[in-house]
Amino acid sequence: MHVLICGGTGCKSSNSLDIIDNFRTILKEKNLQNEVQVIKTGCFGFCEKGPIVKIMPDNTFYTQVKPEDVRRIVEEHIVKGRKVPELLYMNPENKEHVSDSKHMDFYKKQIRIALRNCGFVDPENIEESISRGGYEALAKCLTEMTPEQVIAEMKASGLRGRGGAGFPTGLKWELCAKNKADQKYVICNADEGDPGAFMDRSILEGDPNSIVEAMAICGYAIGATKGLVYIRAEYPLAIERLRIAIAQAREYGLLGEDVLGTGFNFDIELRYGAGAFVCGEETALIHSMEGQRGEPTLKPPFPAVSGYLGKPSNVNNVETLANVPVIITKGAAWFRTIGTEKSPGTKVFALAGQINNVGLIEVPMGITLREIIYEIGGGIKDGRQFKAVQTGGPSGGCLTAKHLDTAIDYDSLVAAGSMMGSGGMVVMDETSCMPAIAKFYLEFTCEESCGKCSPCRIGNKRLCEILEKITSGNGTMEDLQNLRNLAAVIKDTALCGLGQTSPNPVLSTLDNFWDEYVEHVVDKKCRAGVCKKLMKYEIDREKCIGCGKCAKGCPADAISSANYIAPGHKLSSMTIDAEKCLKCGACISGCKFGAISVK
Amino acid sequence: MINLTIDNKPVQVEEGTTILKAARKAGIHIPTLCHYELKGMKLENRPGGCRVCVVEVKGRRNLAPACATDCMEGMEVFTHSARVVNARRTVVELILSDHPADCLTCAKSGECELQSLAQYLGIRDIPFKGEQSHYRADFSPSIVRDMDKCIMCRRCETMCNKFQTVGALSGVNRGFKAVVAPAFEQDLQDSPCTFCGQCVMACPVGALTEVDHTRQVINAINDPKKTVVVQTAPAVRVALGEEFGMQPGEIVTGKMAAALRRLGFDYVFDTDFAADLTIMEEGTELLGRISKAMAGDKSVRLPILTSCCPGWVNFFEHNFPDMLDVPSTAKSPQQMFGAITKSYWAQKMGLKREDIVCVSIMPCVAKKYECQRDEFKVDGNPDVDYSLTTRELARFIKQYNLNLKDLPVEDFDSPLGQSTGAAVIFGTTGGVIEAATRTAYEVFTGKKLDKVDFTELRGMEGIRDAHVDFNGTDIHIGIAHGLSNARRLLEMVRNGEAQFHAIEVMACPGGCVGGAGQPYHHGNTEIIQKRADALYREDAGKPIRKSHENPDIQTLYKEFLGEPCGHLSHELLHTHYFDRTDKVVIEGK
Amino acid sequence: MTKVKSLADLKAMRERLQSNLDVREKAEHPESLVQIKIAMATCGIAAGAKQVMEHMMAKADELKIAAVFTQTGCMGYCHAEPTLEVRVPGKDPVVFGHVDNDRADEILTKYVMDGELVEGIIPVNYETIDK
Repeated sequence: MHVLICGGTGCKSSNSLDIIDNFRTILKEKNLQNEVQVIKTGCFGFCEKGPIVKIMPDNTFYTQVKPEDVRRIVEEHIVKGRKVPELLYMNPENKEHVSDSKHMDFYKKQIRIALRNCGFVDPENIEESISRGGYEALAKCLTEMTPEQVIAEMKASGLRGRGGAGFPTGLKWELCAKNKADQKYVICNADEGDPGAFMDRSILEGDPNSIVEAMAICGYAIGATKGLVYIRAEYPLAIERLRIAIAQAREYGLLGEDVLGTGFNFDIELRYGAGAFVCGEETALIHSMEGQRGEPTLKPPFPAVSGYLGKPSNVNNVETLANVPVIITKGAAWFRTIGTEKSPGTKVFALAGQINNVGLIEVPMGITLREIIYEIGGGIKDGRQFKAVQTGGPSGGCLTAKHLDTAIDYDSLVAAGSMMGSGGMVVMDETSCMPAIAKFYLEFTCEESCGKCSPCRIGNKRLCEILEKITSGNGTMEDLQNLRNLAAVIKDTALCGLGQTSPNPVLSTLDNFWDEYVEHVVDKKCRAGVCKKLMKYEIDREKCIGCGKCAKGCPADAISSANYIAPGHKLSSMTIDAEKCLKCGACISGCKFGAISVK
Repeated sequence: MINLTIDNKPVQVEEGTTILKAARKAGIHIPTLCHYELKGMKLENRPGGCRVCVVEVKGRRNLAPACATDCMEGMEVFTHSARVVNARRTVVELILSDHPADCLTCAKSGECELQSLAQYLGIRDIPFKGEQSHYRADFSPSIVRDMDKCIMCRRCETMCNKFQTVGALSGVNRGFKAVVAPAFEQDLQDSPCTFCGQCVMACPVGALTEVDHTRQVINAINDPKKTVVVQTAPAVRVALGEEFGMQPGEIVTGKMAAALRRLGFDYVFDTDFAADLTIMEEGTELLGRISKAMAGDKSVRLPILTSCCPGWVNFFEHNFPDMLDVPSTAKSPQQMFGAITKSYWAQKMGLKREDIVCVSIMPCVAKKYECQRDEFKVDGNPDVDYSLTTRELARFIKQYNLNLKDLPVEDFDSPLGQSTGAAVIFGTTGGVIEAATRTAYEVFTGKKLDKVDFTELRGMEGIRDAHVDFNGTDIHIGIAHGLSNARRLLEMVRNGEAQFHAIEVMACPGGCVGGAGQPYHHGNTEIIQKRADALYREDAGKPIRKSHENPDIQTLYKEFLGEPCGHLSHELLHTHYFDRTDKVVIEGK
Repeated sequence: MTKVKSLADLKAMRERLQSNLDVREKAEHPESLVQIKIAMATCGIAAGAKQVMEHMMAKADELKIAAVFTQTGCMGYCHAEPTLEVRVPGKDPVVFGHVDNDRADEILTKYVMDGELVEGIIPVNYETIDK
C-alpha cells in the first residue's frame, strides 16, 4: 500500500510536510512502516483543495487534509479498510463524496486531443502511431467518405483555427475545395512564433504522424496532391522527426502515390523559415515559401483563391491539424461534446510565468482562468497574489482578477480585450509591472514587424518609445493620452493581423491597470519594483551605524558619510547620492543592519 | 456593375474597381502616398503600405485601404469621417516623425508628395518624437540614395522589379529598420542597377534623386580658359516648359537655346545632329547585316538592337551577356556628339581637346553614368564632361533669373546644331527605329519615300511589332519600352520564338519623353503622351525629315569621316560591350 | 516493407502491433520486462533527458533489469523536466519528474525491482480520449 502526499508548492505551504511526518510516525507506531510506504509526490494540480493525500491502490483521494487528520486516516482507512467520508472530495454539483479519484470531475479539466499521442508514442516509429489508431482517419476518408463528406464533417465539428484568429477550419477547406485548379496545396503552418508558445513544436516532436495524416486528409478533401510544411529552421528536432514520419509513411504506403491502394496521391515537402514572427501570417508565409520577402499582402485574394505560386492553397496551423484525425474517427458530434458551443474542442496552452506548474496543458474550451491557474497550474509561486494573465502573446492582452471566472474561448477573450493567439499564457503576480510588460511585448513587435505599413513600422516604435519614457520616469499625462490614441489608430489602420493586434498589450494594460500607469507618470513610482529608473535607494539614518561597508561595495561611489550621528551610535550615518546610484542593490545585500531600502 | 455609396453619393462601377478609383470617378479626393500608377502601361504599385488612403467602410472592423480594396455591392464608404481623418493624420504624423525635416534644402522640395500631404492635412507640428532612421548615403554616378528619407512606399522597388525587371532594389530588414536597398545593402553601383532612374521618377520624397552636376557646369562656364559646349537631347525641348508653368507638350526648342546662351554656354548645339549621325552609322550597320544575311552569311546576328539608351545598354550587359554581339555597336547620340565635338569640331576651331567642356542636357539620369564610362574617354578626358537632366537645367535657368516664357526664340549654333525631323523623334518610343527606317528604306531600295511617317511604328504599347515593305523585302521590326518588355522581347529572340530584323529598346516608359531626368509626372502618363505628340509635331514641321539628307551630316562625312561605318567612324562612333554579370559585388565572394 | 493497401490492412496492422507490444512484454521474462519512456522533446533533451536515458540504460544493464527504453514526445510537465514514464507489467504506468542520475537509480532499484514508489511522482491529471 502507498500513501501519496502532495509535495507541490501549494500543499507544502498548507503543511503537507507535517502530514508526511505524521504518517511516518503513526505508521511506525502501528508497526506498519514496512507494509505502507509514504511518498511525497509532485503537484496533483488540485491545489485549491490541498493538501492532497491519495491512498493507492484503491485510488482514494482525500482533500484538505490537516496534520491532525492523519491518525484517523491510518486507523480507519489503512488499518480497518474504511474510507473517511468527510475528507473525501465532494462533487460541488451533487454534494456527493467521490471515493475513487478516477470519477472526479477534476480530471476532465484536461483532455488531450491534440496532444493525445505526445508522451505516449515513440515519434520516430510509425508503428507505435498505427498501434494507437494512427492513419485510420485517413483510411476512413479515402475508403468510406467523399471529399464533400470530409468537409461536411469538419464543418459540423466547428473546429476553429488554433493559430490564433479562430477561423472555422471546415469553411476554409470548403473555400479552397471550390476553386478549380490544376494544382492545389495543403500548407501546414509550423512557424510558431509567439514568445513562450511551443505547442506546435511539441506536437511535431511528439506526434509528427498526426500532422502527416491530417495533411493528407485535407489534401483529399480539397483536391490537393501536394503538402508543404513551413517550419522554422530553429526547430531541428521537429524537422528531423517530421522527416522520419514522412519517410516512414511513404514506405508504408500511407503517403506518396496510390495511398492505401485507393489511387489517391499525396506527398509532403518541407520548407524552412528563418523564424520571422510575421511569417506566421498566411500571406507572408506563402511569400516566404516562394522565396520572396516575408511580408503580408492584402487579402483578398485569399490563399484559398491564389496562394502558393498563385494556386489555391489551404493554410492550417499544426495544432489545428492535430485535431483533424480525431474528428474524423470519433465524429463531429463527439467533438462538439467538448468545449463550448461556438468554440468546440480543446486548446493547448503553454502555461508560464509566476505559476507553480509551468507546463503544456490541453484544456476544453470554456474552462475558466481560475481553473487553469489554481487547479492545473498549481497557483501562484510563493503564495503571492495573482495580478494578471497575458494570453495571445504579443497580439494578445492582459486579463485581470475580474476575468478569472470568464469561460475561455475565442470570442470571450476578444471581448475581454485579449485574444486566443497560439496559446501562450503568462501568469503574472504583484512583482510584474504592467507598463513594463506592455513595453516588453511592444519591443518584440517592433523587432518582428515586417516594416511594410507605416502604422506598424513607425507607430509601434513610437509606442515603445512612449512606454520607455513612462517606465523611466519621464512620462506625462499627455503621453498616456498619446499612447491610447496612437494604439487605437494602429489597431484601426495596420495592414495585417500582426499590426492590428500589436497595440493590444498596451490597450489592455491601460484599461485594466490605468492606476499603475498614472503612478509611473505622476508619482514616479513603480509599485512592482521593476522599473529601475523609478527606484530610489535610501538609508535609514536611525538604523545605520555608519560602518561604511555599503560605501566600499558600491560600484558607483554613490555612498558617502552624512553629517548625522544617530543617538547611541559613534559614527555618522551613510547617505546615497541618487544621481550616482545605479540601483544595483549591492549595498542592500551588504548591509547587516537592514538600513537600506528601496522606495 | 456594382452599386455603392461614397460619402453618401451613389456610385456605379465595374466589378473589380477599387474604392480609390470609384471615388476618383465620383470626383471625391482620397489622398494617397504609396499608390503609384502608370496608366496604360500595366503598372500599379499598391502595396497598401502607407495607410494614408484608409477609409471607413460601414460594417468593417477596421479601416480599409482605398487603393487596394475592391468595391462591393451595397458598400457604404466614408472617406473623410472623423475616424478616418484622425487616423490619416496620425499616420502621416508618424511618417513625418521618421523623416528628416530638411525641406529647405531637399532636392524634391516642391515636388515632394509627403510635403504636399502634410500641407493638405494642415500638420504644423509632429506629436511623436523619437528615433529617426539613419543610413549611409549612397552616391552612384547617376543616383543619390538618401534612405533617411525613405518612407517605404516601395514605388522604386515596383519600378525596378516589375516595370524594369532589373531587381536592384528590394525591401530589406524588418520593423523600424526596414528600408529599400540593393541586396546586402550594397551600393547601387555594385548592384545590377542600370541607372535608368525610374526609381527616382517614382520616389514621392527625396530619398532617390539624381546626382546634381549643375555646380560643376557653372564652374566650367566661369573658367575663362574653357570653351563650354552644350548639346540638348530631343525629349528635353518638349518637357522643359512644364517647369515654367507651360502645358505638357509645349515645344520650347528656341527659347531653350536662348536660355542656354544666356547662361553662358559658348556654343549651343543640338544632340539631334548626333542623332542623325547615329542613323547614318546604325542604319548602315543594319543594312550591312541584312544584306549579308540575305546573301546567306550564317555568322550574321539579327536582329540588330538599338543602343542609344544607356539604361538599356547596362541592362543587356548585366542580363544578356550571351548576346553582346547583337546590339548595334553605334554609340549613343550623346557620345557621338562628344566624340565629334572633341575631334572634328575642335580641329575646325583650333581648340585643344582638354580646353573644351562638353555638357549635355538630357531627359535621363543614366546618361550621367554613360558619359563617365572609361571607353568614352581619351587619355582620361571624357568626350562628354557633364550631363544635366531637364530638371537640373530648369533649376539652373531659374537660378539665373531667366523666365523661359519671356525669352526669344533662337537657333542653335552651327555646324553641330542642324538636324532633321528624324532626329527629333529619337525622344519617343519607336522614334529611333522610324528614323532608321526612313534612311534604310531609301538606301536599301534606292527609291525615294513617298510618305515618311511610319505610323505603324508609333504608339504606347509596351511591345509592338510591325512589318515594313522594303520594296518586296519584308522587314520585321520590334519595339519595346520598359525593360521588362525588352526582356520579354529579347527572351523571345533568344528562344527562337520570334524573328526580327531590328528591335528598338528604350528603358523608360514612352521612351526618353518619360525619362527619369524629365520634370516629375507623378505617374500621369498623359503627360508622357503629350510630350511624344509634340515630338511628332516638331518632326512634321521640319523641312528635312530624313537623317541622310542633313547637309551638315553630309559635310561631316565629306570633310572628316569619309563614309558611314568607315575606319574613322569605327574609331570615333562605335563602341563595344562588356559582360557585367560578375560586376555585381556579393559580399564575402 | 509491404505497403498498407486498405483500411482493413491498417486495422489488422494495428491489432498485430498492439499484440506485438504485448508479446514483447510477455517475452522471456514476463515479470521483469519494464517499459520506460523518456520525454525527449527539445525541452526534455535540453534539461538532460538524453544523458539520463543513457545512464539509466547502463544502470538497468548492470542491475540485469530487462527493460525497454523508448523515447517519446513532450509530456507537458515543463516544470519537472526531465520526465519519464515507467510501466511495470501489471501495474499502471507512473510518471516521474525531475529525474537526474540519482533519481534514475532510485527508480530502478526501488520502484522497478521492489515495487516501492519513490519521490518525484507526477500524478496524472488529464483525461485521454481512449477510454
